[in-house]
Amino acid sequence: MPYQLPPVWTKLHQHAVFPEFNHDERARYNFLANLNRFISTVIAPGNKIAFDKRVEPLFLKENKRTFQDRFELGELMKKDPLYQMWAALRRSTMEMRQQNGRAVVLRQAASLAKKVAQQLKETNNLELKENFSVPPYLTHVDNHLMPGSYHTEYFKGDVANAANYDSGLFVTSGGMLGSLTDGGGRAIARWMKDKYPNFKPHKILDIGCGIGHNTLPIAEMYPDAEVVAIDAGAPMLRYGAARATALGIKNVKFIQLDAATMTEFKDEEFDWVQTTMFLHETGGKAIHKIFNEIGRVTKQGGVNLHIEQPQYTADMSMFEQFMRDWDAYYNAEPYWGHMHDLAPENLMNESGVDKKNFIQVGVKAINDLDKKKIDGKVTEDYGRSPIWNVFGGWKPPRP
Amino acid sequence: MSQQQELSGSHAGGSISNENIEANMVNDILMAGDKSKGQRPYFFDDPAVERVLNIAMAIATEVAVIRERVDTIERLLEQKDILKQSEIESFVPSEEEAEERQLWHTRYTARIMRIVQQELDAIVKPENNQPMRQIADDINQM
Repeated sequence: MPYQLPPVWTKLHQHAVFPEFNHDERARYNFLANLNRFISTVIAPGNKIAFDKRVEPLFLKENKRTFQDRFELGELMKKDPLYQMWAALRRSTMEMRQQNGRAVVLRQAASLAKKVAQQLKETNNLELKENFSVPPYLTHVDNHLMPGSYHTEYFKGDVANAANYDSGLFVTSGGMLGSLTDGGGRAIARWMKDKYPNFKPHKILDIGCGIGHNTLPIAEMYPDAEVVAIDAGAPMLRYGAARATALGIKNVKFIQLDAATMTEFKDEEFDWVQTTMFLHETGGKAIHKIFNEIGRVTKQGGVNLHIEQPQYTADMSMFEQFMRDWDAYYNAEPYWGHMHDLAPENLMNESGVDKKNFIQVGVKAINDLDKKKIDGKVTEDYGRSPIWNVFGGWKPPRP
Repeated sequence: MSQQQELSGSHAGGSISNENIEANMVNDILMAGDKSKGQRPYFFDDPAVERVLNIAMAIATEVAVIRERVDTIERLLEQKDILKQSEIESFVPSEEEAEERQLWHTRYTARIMRIVQQELDAIVKPENNQPMRQIADDINQM
Protein backbone atom coordinates (compact mmCIF):
# COMPACT_ATOMS: atom_id res chain seq x y z
CA MET A 1 0.00 0.00 0.00
CA PRO A 2 1.42 3.45 -0.84
CA TYR A 3 2.33 5.68 2.09
CA GLN A 4 -0.74 7.48 3.41
CA LEU A 5 -0.18 11.23 3.65
CA PRO A 6 -1.89 13.17 6.41
CA PRO A 7 -4.26 15.92 5.26
CA VAL A 8 -2.79 19.42 5.19
CA TRP A 9 -3.55 21.53 8.23
CA THR A 10 -5.47 24.13 6.19
CA LYS A 11 -8.23 21.53 5.73
CA LEU A 12 -9.28 22.30 9.29
CA HIS A 13 -12.51 24.27 9.30
CA GLN A 14 -11.60 27.86 10.14
CA HIS A 15 -14.71 29.06 11.98
CA ALA A 16 -15.23 32.62 13.20
CA VAL A 17 -13.35 32.23 16.50
CA PHE A 18 -10.54 30.07 15.16
CA PRO A 19 -7.06 31.54 15.77
CA GLU A 20 -5.27 33.13 12.84
CA PHE A 21 -2.20 31.32 11.56
CA ASN A 22 0.46 32.91 9.38
CA HIS A 23 2.29 31.08 6.59
CA ASP A 24 5.11 29.69 8.71
CA GLU A 25 2.84 28.69 11.58
CA ARG A 26 0.77 26.63 9.15
CA ALA A 27 3.94 25.10 7.69
CA ARG A 28 5.15 24.21 11.19
CA TYR A 29 1.94 22.28 11.87
CA ASN A 30 2.12 20.59 8.48
CA PHE A 31 5.59 19.38 9.31
CA LEU A 32 4.65 18.23 12.81
CA ALA A 33 1.57 16.35 11.56
CA ASN A 34 3.75 14.58 9.00
CA LEU A 35 6.39 13.86 11.59
CA ASN A 36 3.78 12.40 13.95
CA ARG A 37 2.32 10.30 11.15
CA PHE A 38 5.79 8.97 10.33
CA ILE A 39 6.66 8.24 13.95
CA SER A 40 3.36 6.48 14.59
CA THR A 41 3.22 4.42 11.41
CA VAL A 42 6.88 3.67 10.74
CA ILE A 43 8.84 3.93 13.99
CA ALA A 44 6.24 2.93 16.62
CA PRO A 45 5.66 -0.56 15.14
CA GLY A 46 9.39 -1.13 15.67
CA ASN A 47 8.74 -1.39 19.40
CA LYS A 48 6.92 -4.69 18.93
CA ILE A 49 9.70 -5.96 16.68
CA ALA A 50 12.36 -5.00 19.20
CA PHE A 51 10.32 -6.63 21.96
CA ASP A 52 9.77 -9.86 20.04
CA LYS A 53 13.25 -10.13 18.65
CA ARG A 54 15.49 -9.06 21.49
CA VAL A 55 13.80 -7.88 24.69
CA GLU A 56 11.60 -10.87 25.43
CA PRO A 57 13.99 -13.61 24.16
CA LEU A 58 16.76 -12.26 26.37
CA PHE A 59 14.50 -12.15 29.42
CA LEU A 60 13.20 -15.67 28.83
CA LYS A 61 16.71 -16.99 28.43
CA GLU A 62 17.98 -15.38 31.59
CA ASN A 63 14.96 -15.93 33.82
CA LYS A 64 13.28 -19.08 32.48
CA ARG A 65 9.90 -17.45 33.04
CA THR A 66 7.73 -14.78 31.49
CA PHE A 67 7.18 -11.26 32.82
CA GLN A 68 5.18 -10.80 36.01
CA ASP A 69 3.37 -7.69 34.83
CA ARG A 70 3.63 -4.70 32.49
CA PHE A 71 5.90 -2.91 34.93
CA GLU A 72 8.57 -5.61 34.93
CA LEU A 73 8.33 -5.80 31.14
CA GLY A 74 8.58 -2.02 30.96
CA GLU A 75 11.81 -1.86 32.92
CA LEU A 76 13.49 -3.90 30.18
CA MET A 77 11.79 -2.16 27.27
CA LYS A 78 13.03 1.15 28.62
CA LYS A 79 16.59 -0.05 28.04
CA ASP A 80 15.96 -0.87 24.38
CA PRO A 81 17.54 1.69 22.01
CA LEU A 82 14.66 1.60 19.52
CA TYR A 83 12.14 2.22 22.28
CA GLN A 84 14.29 5.02 23.69
CA MET A 85 14.46 6.77 20.33
CA TRP A 86 10.74 6.37 19.66
CA ALA A 87 9.79 7.59 23.12
CA ALA A 88 12.17 10.57 22.96
CA LEU A 89 10.75 11.57 19.57
CA ARG A 90 7.16 11.16 20.69
CA ARG A 91 7.74 13.32 23.72
CA SER A 92 9.63 15.86 21.65
CA THR A 93 6.88 16.26 19.03
CA MET A 94 4.31 16.67 21.79
CA GLU A 95 6.33 19.43 23.42
CA MET A 96 6.91 21.10 20.04
CA ARG A 97 3.22 20.92 19.24
CA GLN A 98 2.44 22.66 22.52
CA GLN A 99 5.12 25.31 22.18
CA ASN A 100 4.23 26.11 18.56
CA GLY A 101 0.50 26.14 19.26
CA ARG A 102 0.95 28.37 22.28
CA ALA A 103 3.12 30.75 20.31
CA VAL A 104 0.24 31.20 17.85
CA VAL A 105 -2.57 31.72 20.34
CA LEU A 106 -0.66 33.72 22.95
CA ARG A 107 0.46 36.36 20.46
CA GLN A 108 -3.22 36.97 19.61
CA ALA A 109 -4.68 36.13 23.03
CA ALA A 110 -6.29 39.54 23.48
CA SER A 111 -7.95 39.58 20.06
CA LEU A 112 -9.13 35.97 20.44
CA ALA A 113 -10.81 36.89 23.73
CA LYS A 114 -12.52 39.82 22.00
CA LYS A 115 -13.72 37.70 19.07
CA VAL A 116 -15.17 35.17 21.47
CA ALA A 117 -16.87 37.84 23.59
CA GLN A 118 -18.36 39.34 20.44
CA GLN A 119 -19.73 35.98 19.36
CA LEU A 120 -21.19 35.33 22.81
CA LYS A 121 -23.07 38.64 22.84
CA GLU A 122 -25.50 37.22 20.34
CA THR A 123 -26.37 34.08 22.29
CA ASN A 124 -27.25 32.79 25.69
CA ASN A 125 -25.49 29.42 25.58
CA LEU A 126 -22.87 29.85 28.29
CA GLU A 127 -23.07 29.68 32.06
CA LEU A 128 -19.85 30.22 34.03
CA LYS A 129 -19.81 30.09 37.81
CA GLU A 130 -18.37 32.69 40.16
CA ASN A 131 -15.75 31.17 42.50
CA PHE A 132 -15.92 27.79 40.80
CA SER A 133 -13.62 25.26 42.41
CA VAL A 134 -11.71 23.27 39.77
CA PRO A 135 -11.44 19.58 40.81
CA PRO A 136 -7.96 18.84 42.22
CA TYR A 137 -7.29 16.03 39.72
CA LEU A 138 -7.32 18.71 37.02
CA THR A 139 -5.14 21.28 38.76
CA HIS A 140 -2.61 18.61 39.76
CA VAL A 141 -1.41 17.93 36.22
CA ASP A 142 -1.25 19.64 32.83
CA ASN A 143 -3.08 17.08 30.70
CA HIS A 144 -1.38 16.31 27.37
CA LEU A 145 1.55 18.50 28.42
CA MET A 146 -0.58 21.57 27.80
CA PRO A 147 0.76 24.13 30.28
CA GLY A 148 -2.12 25.52 32.31
CA SER A 149 -4.35 22.65 31.20
CA TYR A 150 -8.05 23.28 30.59
CA HIS A 151 -8.78 25.64 33.45
CA THR A 152 -6.09 28.32 33.41
CA GLU A 153 -7.17 31.79 32.37
CA TYR A 154 -4.23 34.08 31.84
CA PHE A 155 -6.49 37.13 32.01
CA LYS A 156 -10.19 37.87 32.26
CA GLY A 157 -12.05 36.39 29.30
CA ASP A 158 -9.00 34.46 28.08
CA VAL A 159 -9.46 31.49 25.73
CA ALA A 160 -5.84 30.88 24.67
CA ASN A 161 -5.55 27.26 25.85
CA ALA A 162 -8.89 26.35 24.28
CA ALA A 163 -7.90 27.87 20.94
CA ASN A 164 -4.61 26.01 21.14
CA TYR A 165 -6.48 22.77 21.78
CA ASP A 166 -8.87 23.36 18.87
CA SER A 167 -6.20 24.19 16.33
CA GLY A 168 -3.56 21.70 17.46
CA LEU A 169 -5.25 18.37 18.15
CA PHE A 170 -4.97 17.89 14.39
CA VAL A 171 -1.21 17.71 14.78
CA THR A 172 -1.19 15.10 17.54
CA SER A 173 -3.63 12.89 15.66
CA GLY A 174 -1.92 13.40 12.30
CA GLY A 175 -5.21 14.77 10.93
CA MET A 176 -7.19 11.62 11.69
CA LEU A 177 -10.07 13.32 13.51
CA GLY A 178 -11.57 15.36 10.70
CA SER A 179 -11.95 19.02 9.77
CA LEU A 180 -13.62 19.88 13.06
CA THR A 181 -11.61 17.43 15.16
CA ASP A 182 -14.92 15.74 15.87
CA GLY A 183 -14.34 12.20 14.57
CA GLY A 184 -15.25 10.69 17.96
CA GLY A 185 -18.51 12.62 18.34
CA ARG A 186 -19.53 11.86 14.77
CA ALA A 187 -18.83 8.18 15.30
CA ILE A 188 -20.94 7.90 18.45
CA ALA A 189 -23.83 9.95 17.01
CA ARG A 190 -23.89 7.79 13.86
CA TRP A 191 -23.65 4.59 15.89
CA MET A 192 -26.57 5.58 18.12
CA LYS A 193 -28.75 6.63 15.18
CA ASP A 194 -28.05 3.40 13.28
CA LYS A 195 -28.28 1.06 16.22
CA TYR A 196 -31.27 2.63 17.98
CA PRO A 197 -33.26 4.42 15.25
CA ASN A 198 -36.31 4.75 17.51
CA PHE A 199 -34.44 6.44 20.34
CA LYS A 200 -35.63 10.06 20.55
CA PRO A 201 -33.74 11.75 23.39
CA HIS A 202 -35.20 15.01 24.72
CA LYS A 203 -32.28 15.93 26.93
CA ILE A 204 -28.66 14.91 26.41
CA LEU A 205 -25.78 15.59 28.80
CA ASP A 206 -22.16 15.60 27.64
CA ILE A 207 -19.72 15.51 30.55
CA GLY A 208 -16.18 16.87 30.20
CA CYS A 209 -17.07 18.46 26.89
CA GLY A 210 -13.95 20.62 26.55
CA ILE A 211 -14.52 22.89 23.55
CA GLY A 212 -17.58 20.81 22.63
CA HIS A 213 -15.94 19.35 19.53
CA ASN A 214 -17.48 15.95 20.17
CA THR A 215 -20.73 17.40 21.55
CA LEU A 216 -21.76 19.26 18.41
CA PRO A 217 -22.09 16.18 16.14
CA ILE A 218 -24.53 14.70 18.67
CA ALA A 219 -26.49 17.96 18.81
CA GLU A 220 -26.58 18.01 15.01
CA MET A 221 -27.75 14.42 14.78
CA TYR A 222 -30.52 15.16 17.31
CA PRO A 223 -31.56 18.73 16.46
CA ASP A 224 -34.75 18.49 18.54
CA ALA A 225 -32.85 17.51 21.67
CA GLU A 226 -31.74 19.96 24.33
CA VAL A 227 -28.03 19.30 24.84
CA VAL A 228 -26.17 20.34 27.97
CA ALA A 229 -22.35 20.28 27.82
CA ILE A 230 -20.46 20.57 31.09
CA ASP A 231 -16.79 21.05 31.88
CA ALA A 232 -14.64 22.47 34.66
CA GLY A 233 -12.50 24.70 32.43
CA ALA A 234 -13.87 28.20 31.89
CA PRO A 235 -11.68 29.01 28.85
CA MET A 236 -12.81 25.77 27.16
CA LEU A 237 -16.51 26.47 27.80
CA ARG A 238 -16.25 30.09 26.74
CA TYR A 239 -14.51 29.18 23.51
CA GLY A 240 -16.75 26.14 23.00
CA ALA A 241 -19.93 28.21 23.31
CA ALA A 242 -18.60 30.80 20.85
CA ARG A 243 -17.44 28.03 18.50
CA ALA A 244 -20.88 26.38 18.58
CA THR A 245 -22.48 29.73 17.77
CA ALA A 246 -20.01 30.33 14.96
CA LEU A 247 -20.89 26.92 13.55
CA GLY A 248 -24.62 27.61 13.80
CA ILE A 249 -25.41 25.00 16.45
CA LYS A 250 -28.15 26.37 18.68
CA ASN A 251 -29.26 23.43 20.84
CA VAL A 252 -26.23 23.17 23.13
CA LYS A 253 -25.79 24.99 26.42
CA PHE A 254 -22.30 25.08 27.97
CA ILE A 255 -22.26 25.05 31.78
CA GLN A 256 -19.33 25.12 34.20
CA LEU A 257 -19.84 22.22 36.55
CA ASP A 258 -17.99 19.53 38.47
CA ALA A 259 -19.26 16.15 37.24
CA ALA A 260 -18.97 14.71 40.76
CA THR A 261 -21.56 17.16 42.15
CA MET A 262 -24.15 17.97 39.52
CA THR A 263 -26.63 19.12 42.14
CA GLU A 264 -28.30 21.59 39.81
CA PHE A 265 -29.62 18.71 37.71
CA LYS A 266 -32.72 16.88 38.86
CA ASP A 267 -32.85 13.11 39.29
CA GLU A 268 -33.53 11.44 35.96
CA GLU A 269 -33.20 14.65 33.99
CA PHE A 270 -31.39 13.20 30.95
CA ASP A 271 -32.26 10.55 28.38
CA TRP A 272 -28.65 10.19 27.35
CA VAL A 273 -25.45 10.92 29.28
CA GLN A 274 -22.24 10.88 27.25
CA THR A 275 -18.53 11.14 28.05
CA THR A 276 -15.87 11.18 25.33
CA MET A 277 -12.23 10.61 26.24
CA PHE A 278 -13.00 12.11 29.61
CA LEU A 279 -12.88 9.38 32.25
CA HIS A 280 -9.11 8.87 32.01
CA GLU A 281 -8.66 12.54 32.90
CA THR A 282 -10.55 12.25 36.18
CA GLY A 283 -9.29 10.75 39.45
CA GLY A 284 -9.44 7.50 41.41
CA LYS A 285 -12.08 8.70 43.87
CA ALA A 286 -13.86 11.18 41.63
CA ILE A 287 -14.65 8.61 38.98
CA HIS A 288 -16.94 6.69 41.34
CA LYS A 289 -18.74 9.86 42.45
CA ILE A 290 -19.15 10.76 38.79
CA PHE A 291 -20.70 7.39 37.93
CA ASN A 292 -23.06 7.70 40.87
CA GLU A 293 -24.11 11.12 39.65
CA ILE A 294 -24.49 9.83 36.09
CA GLY A 295 -26.77 7.12 37.45
CA ARG A 296 -28.82 9.69 39.35
CA VAL A 297 -29.36 12.07 36.45
CA THR A 298 -30.04 9.36 33.82
CA LYS A 299 -33.71 8.60 33.21
CA GLN A 300 -35.01 5.08 33.71
CA GLY A 301 -34.89 3.63 30.23
CA GLY A 302 -32.17 6.13 29.37
CA VAL A 303 -28.61 5.42 28.35
CA ASN A 304 -25.09 6.41 29.25
CA LEU A 305 -22.11 5.87 26.98
CA HIS A 306 -18.40 6.37 27.41
CA ILE A 307 -15.81 6.61 24.63
CA GLU A 308 -12.44 5.51 25.94
CA GLN A 309 -9.36 3.61 24.98
CA PRO A 310 -9.62 -0.14 25.61
CA GLN A 311 -9.46 -1.33 29.22
CA TYR A 312 -6.46 -3.42 30.24
CA THR A 313 -7.90 -6.88 30.47
CA ALA A 314 -6.26 -10.28 30.92
CA ASP A 315 -6.43 -10.91 27.19
CA MET A 316 -4.51 -7.71 26.39
CA SER A 317 -0.81 -8.56 26.17
CA MET A 318 1.50 -7.11 28.80
CA PHE A 319 3.46 -5.52 25.99
CA GLU A 320 0.39 -3.66 24.76
CA GLN A 321 -0.50 -2.62 28.31
CA PHE A 322 2.99 -1.22 28.76
CA MET A 323 2.83 0.66 25.45
CA ARG A 324 -0.58 2.07 26.26
CA ASP A 325 0.75 3.31 29.59
CA TRP A 326 3.07 5.62 27.69
CA ASP A 327 0.56 8.45 27.51
CA ALA A 328 -0.23 8.07 31.18
CA TYR A 329 3.30 8.77 32.31
CA TYR A 330 4.89 10.65 29.45
CA ASN A 331 2.01 12.59 27.96
CA ALA A 332 0.77 13.69 31.38
CA GLU A 333 -2.45 11.71 31.59
CA PRO A 334 -1.48 9.94 34.79
CA TYR A 335 -4.88 8.46 35.64
CA TRP A 336 -4.96 6.67 32.26
CA GLY A 337 -3.21 3.53 33.49
CA HIS A 338 -5.24 3.11 36.69
CA MET A 339 -8.48 3.95 34.92
CA HIS A 340 -7.91 1.29 32.31
CA ASP A 341 -7.35 -1.29 35.05
CA LEU A 342 -10.96 -0.80 36.21
CA ALA A 343 -13.71 -3.11 34.99
CA PRO A 344 -16.23 -1.05 33.01
CA GLU A 345 -19.05 -3.37 34.07
CA ASN A 346 -18.43 -2.35 37.67
CA LEU A 347 -18.41 1.33 36.82
CA MET A 348 -21.67 0.91 34.94
CA ASN A 349 -23.13 -0.88 37.91
CA GLU A 350 -22.45 2.27 39.92
CA SER A 351 -24.53 4.23 37.42
CA GLY A 352 -27.43 1.79 37.76
CA VAL A 353 -26.80 -0.38 34.72
CA ASP A 354 -26.69 -4.10 35.43
CA LYS A 355 -24.61 -6.64 33.54
CA LYS A 356 -27.37 -7.73 31.18
CA ASN A 357 -27.85 -4.17 29.92
CA PHE A 358 -24.13 -3.53 29.56
CA ILE A 359 -22.86 -2.55 26.09
CA GLN A 360 -19.30 -2.65 24.81
CA VAL A 361 -18.39 -1.94 21.18
CA GLY A 362 -15.50 -0.60 19.13
CA VAL A 363 -15.95 2.52 17.02
CA LYS A 364 -13.68 4.24 14.53
CA ALA A 365 -13.50 7.99 13.99
CA ILE A 366 -15.60 9.34 11.14
CA ASN A 367 -13.07 11.51 9.35
CA ASP A 368 -14.34 13.76 6.57
CA LEU A 369 -10.73 14.43 5.54
CA ASP A 370 -10.02 10.80 4.77
CA LYS A 371 -10.26 11.01 1.00
CA LYS A 372 -9.87 7.32 0.42
CA LYS A 373 -12.43 6.42 3.09
CA ILE A 374 -10.17 3.66 4.27
CA ASP A 375 -12.14 1.69 6.82
CA GLY A 376 -9.68 -1.15 7.03
CA LYS A 377 -6.28 -1.20 8.59
CA VAL A 378 -5.20 1.50 10.98
CA THR A 379 -1.68 1.15 12.37
CA GLU A 380 -1.88 0.51 16.11
CA ASP A 381 -0.47 3.54 17.87
CA TYR A 382 -1.18 2.56 21.47
CA GLY A 383 -3.65 5.16 22.57
CA ARG A 384 -3.39 7.58 19.65
CA SER A 385 -5.22 5.66 16.91
CA PRO A 386 -8.69 7.02 16.13
CA ILE A 387 -10.34 3.76 17.12
CA TRP A 388 -12.00 3.51 20.50
CA ASN A 389 -13.77 1.34 22.94
CA VAL A 390 -17.29 2.44 23.82
CA PHE A 391 -18.88 1.08 26.94
CA GLY A 392 -22.15 1.95 28.57
CA GLY A 393 -25.65 0.68 28.91
CA TRP A 394 -29.34 1.29 29.29
CA LYS A 395 -30.87 1.88 32.65
CA PRO A 396 -33.83 -0.49 33.03
CA PRO A 397 -37.12 1.23 32.17
CA ARG A 398 -39.62 2.13 34.86
CA PRO A 399 -41.33 -1.10 35.89
CA MET B 1 7.48 42.84 35.86
CA SER B 2 10.65 41.56 37.46
CA GLN B 3 13.22 39.54 35.58
CA GLN B 4 12.31 36.49 37.65
CA GLN B 5 8.65 36.61 36.65
CA GLU B 6 9.61 37.31 33.08
CA LEU B 7 11.58 34.08 32.87
CA SER B 8 8.95 31.99 34.54
CA GLY B 9 6.50 32.85 31.80
CA SER B 10 2.93 31.85 32.51
CA HIS B 11 3.71 31.30 36.14
CA ALA B 12 3.06 34.98 36.50
CA GLY B 13 -0.54 34.29 35.54
CA GLY B 14 -0.97 30.55 35.32
CA SER B 15 0.17 27.51 37.14
CA ILE B 16 1.85 28.83 40.25
CA SER B 17 -0.24 31.84 41.06
CA ASN B 18 -3.88 32.06 40.14
CA GLU B 19 -3.71 35.82 39.89
CA ASN B 20 -4.79 37.01 36.48
CA ILE B 21 -2.47 39.20 34.45
CA GLU B 22 -3.55 41.87 32.02
CA ALA B 23 -4.02 40.74 28.42
CA ASN B 24 -1.18 43.02 27.33
CA MET B 25 1.20 41.40 29.84
CA VAL B 26 1.14 38.04 28.04
CA ASN B 27 4.73 37.17 27.21
CA ASP B 28 4.02 35.01 24.19
CA ILE B 29 7.67 34.18 23.50
CA LEU B 30 8.48 32.74 26.92
CA MET B 31 5.02 31.49 27.82
CA ALA B 32 4.90 29.46 24.60
CA GLY B 33 7.71 27.36 26.01
CA ASP B 34 6.26 26.94 29.49
CA LYS B 35 7.04 23.63 31.11
CA SER B 36 4.04 21.46 31.95
CA LYS B 37 3.57 20.08 35.49
CA GLY B 38 5.48 16.96 36.46
CA GLN B 39 9.09 15.89 36.05
CA ARG B 40 10.21 15.56 32.43
CA PRO B 41 11.20 12.00 31.47
CA TYR B 42 14.51 11.38 29.70
CA PHE B 43 14.53 8.20 27.68
CA PHE B 44 18.18 7.95 26.71
CA ASP B 45 20.77 6.74 29.20
CA ASP B 46 22.43 10.13 28.93
CA PRO B 47 20.03 13.11 29.12
CA ALA B 48 22.51 15.14 27.08
CA VAL B 49 21.64 13.04 24.04
CA GLU B 50 17.98 13.89 24.48
CA ARG B 51 18.75 17.56 24.89
CA VAL B 52 20.61 17.60 21.59
CA LEU B 53 17.91 15.54 19.87
CA ASN B 54 15.26 18.05 20.93
CA ILE B 55 17.26 20.97 19.60
CA ALA B 56 17.88 19.08 16.35
CA MET B 57 14.16 18.30 15.95
CA ALA B 58 13.28 21.96 16.47
CA ILE B 59 15.78 22.92 13.78
CA ALA B 60 14.39 20.20 11.52
CA THR B 61 10.99 21.82 11.94
CA GLU B 62 12.35 25.20 10.93
CA VAL B 63 14.06 23.73 7.85
CA ALA B 64 10.68 22.34 6.80
CA VAL B 65 9.12 25.76 7.38
CA ILE B 66 11.74 27.44 5.18
CA ARG B 67 11.26 24.77 2.51
CA GLU B 68 7.52 25.41 2.47
CA ARG B 69 8.12 29.15 2.30
CA VAL B 70 10.50 28.80 -0.65
CA ASP B 71 7.92 26.59 -2.33
CA THR B 72 5.30 29.31 -1.83
CA ILE B 73 7.63 31.91 -3.35
CA GLU B 74 8.36 29.72 -6.37
CA ARG B 75 4.70 29.07 -7.00
CA LEU B 76 3.82 32.75 -6.67
CA LEU B 77 6.61 33.68 -9.08
CA GLU B 78 5.21 31.15 -11.51
CA GLN B 79 1.67 32.48 -11.11
CA LYS B 80 2.97 35.97 -11.87
CA ASP B 81 4.83 34.70 -14.92
CA ILE B 82 8.18 35.70 -13.49
CA LEU B 83 9.76 32.28 -13.65
CA LYS B 84 8.67 28.69 -13.99
CA GLN B 85 9.43 26.02 -11.41
CA SER B 86 10.61 23.89 -14.32
CA GLU B 87 13.30 26.51 -14.96
CA ILE B 88 14.52 25.94 -11.42
CA GLU B 89 14.53 22.19 -11.91
CA SER B 90 16.44 22.42 -15.16
CA PHE B 91 18.78 25.20 -14.06
CA VAL B 92 22.37 24.40 -14.89
CA PRO B 93 24.89 26.79 -13.34
CA SER B 94 27.88 27.98 -15.29
CA GLU B 95 31.18 26.46 -14.28
CA GLU B 96 32.03 29.49 -12.18
CA GLU B 97 28.62 29.54 -10.52
CA ALA B 98 28.84 25.83 -9.81
CA GLU B 99 32.23 26.35 -8.21
CA GLU B 100 30.86 29.12 -5.98
CA ARG B 101 28.06 26.87 -4.87
CA GLN B 102 30.39 24.00 -4.12
CA LEU B 103 32.45 26.38 -2.05
CA TRP B 104 29.35 27.39 -0.12
CA HIS B 105 28.48 23.77 0.55
CA THR B 106 31.96 23.06 1.82
CA ARG B 107 32.04 26.07 4.13
CA TYR B 108 28.62 25.12 5.40
CA THR B 109 29.67 21.52 6.01
CA ALA B 110 32.79 22.68 7.81
CA ARG B 111 30.73 24.85 10.15
CA ILE B 112 28.46 21.94 11.00
CA MET B 113 31.38 19.52 11.44
CA ARG B 114 33.50 21.86 13.56
CA ILE B 115 33.34 19.86 16.77
CA VAL B 116 34.28 16.62 15.05
CA GLN B 117 37.16 18.27 13.23
CA GLN B 118 38.46 19.72 16.47
CA GLU B 119 38.19 16.42 18.34
CA LEU B 120 40.30 14.87 15.58
CA ASP B 121 42.79 17.71 15.87
CA ALA B 122 43.11 16.98 19.58
CA ILE B 123 44.18 13.41 18.84
CA VAL B 124 46.60 14.45 16.13
CA LYS B 125 48.28 17.17 18.18
CA PRO B 126 48.27 16.12 21.83
CA GLU B 127 50.80 18.84 22.62
CA ASN B 128 48.07 21.38 21.89
CA ASN B 129 45.56 19.56 23.99
CA GLN B 130 46.74 20.07 27.57
CA PRO B 131 44.06 20.60 30.22
CA MET B 132 43.51 24.32 30.73
CA ARG B 133 44.28 23.97 34.45
CA GLN B 134 47.68 22.62 33.43
CA ILE B 135 48.17 25.50 31.00
CA ALA B 136 47.18 27.94 33.73
CA ASP B 137 49.79 26.46 36.07
CA ASP B 138 52.33 26.54 33.23
CA ILE B 139 51.61 30.18 32.48
CA ASN B 140 51.86 30.97 36.14
CA GLN B 141 55.48 29.87 35.87
CA MET B 142 56.16 31.97 32.77
